[in-house]
Amino acid sequence: MTNQPLPTAPLARYLLHLADDQLVMGHRNSEWTGLGPILEEDIAFSSIAQDQVGHALAFYEYLNQECGLADPDQTAFNRPESLMVSSWLVEQPIGDYAFSLVRHWCYDQAVYLRYESLSQIQDPALQALATKLRGEVKYHTFHANTWMKSLLQGSEESRLRMLTALKEVWPMALGLFESWSGEKALMEQVGHAGQPWYPGERHLQQHWQAGALESLVLWSVDVEALGLHKVEPVLGGRQGYHSEHLASMLEEMTAVFRLDPQAEW
Amino acid sequence: MPILSLDPRVNRLQVEQVPEHQPPVLVPGDHWPSYQVFHQRRRGEKHSSVGIVHAPSLEMAMAMAKEQFGRRGETSNLWVVCTADVLEMDYADEEVFRTTPSKSYRDPAGYKVNEKIDAYKAKQTP
Repeated sequence: MTNQPLPTAPLARYLLHLADDQLVMGHRNSEWTGLGPILEEDIAFSSIAQDQVGHALAFYEYLNQECGLADPDQTAFNRPESLMVSSWLVEQPIGDYAFSLVRHWCYDQAVYLRYESLSQIQDPALQALATKLRGEVKYHTFHANTWMKSLLQGSEESRLRMLTALKEVWPMALGLFESWSGEKALMEQVGHAGQPWYPGERHLQQHWQAGALESLVLWSVDVEALGLHKVEPVLGGRQGYHSEHLASMLEEMTAVFRLDPQAEW
Repeated sequence: MPILSLDPRVNRLQVEQVPEHQPPVLVPGDHWPSYQVFHQRRRGEKHSSVGIVHAPSLEMAMAMAKEQFGRRGETSNLWVVCTADVLEMDYADEEVFRTTPSKSYRDPAGYKVNEKIDAYKAKQTP
């Protein structure tokens, strides 16, 4: 295993958060392939998973070319758990479809906000990348919103299952916005419009939460009764502390790679 | 009679108000209805029928259609239409098309003028 230390440059570290989240989320979502509730949804959800792995690759490539990290395959498949900086939310097993949908809804809205901010960065290559990837995530949020709305307003059972999943997902969704060491430095970086492009985790969380709660209220979810306002975030992922689920997932994900780590693919 | 439109023809015809689309009501065990998908490659071009998706609502049909038909190749827009809303001709009536005799005179290709043009050109050439 490469024991390449985590990048210290704030931008590289931030992009690694994004990339690791996308890789782990994409891998988890791909576990639904062939098991989706109906054919059309199986294809849609698998395609979203594929997008996510593709986004991870795009960031690993940038990190390799511009920030001196190992090549994308090594970075993705040859790192110990303690050097993965993905959040707890994405590493959780897929659970039932309600859990995976609610997670997808929470997660992709957060990604959309991050891409929106990243598209304001000075570096033209990253700016173009973020703008392009944002289009795909816009569809992800449309897909997620459509399911959330249908199932929250569907039958008594579908609503109950979605609410249960919401309660389970929410603390980990808040953990997506864990503060990290290079945050302040990155917040001072000026974007292409002469303004800072990265608002910081606190701000992103507030923005995300306001949007998510507004939608839930629209779908007649009593967010106070659900206790969403007094939930503590689940933290640790950005510092390499993970739940028990990441190690087993990585073992499965990297099984083929480990047969011959130096193979040319 | 209420005035439906400023166009007197609409009022004369007494066209019924078209009810807003409601997806069919399903009972357990039913299949979801199918939706026809129309794909537009570039703005300004026509939307062409490309296939169907099954979905519980128009909105969900669109979410599915995007992945089935808008994922590969160029796409600028999609339409989805509930199949039940499409009025289809009965195949038993296919003969209405068959009885039409050749009416090539309605078509520019029906006019054989090339021989005349060639003759004219030949006459012009010294």
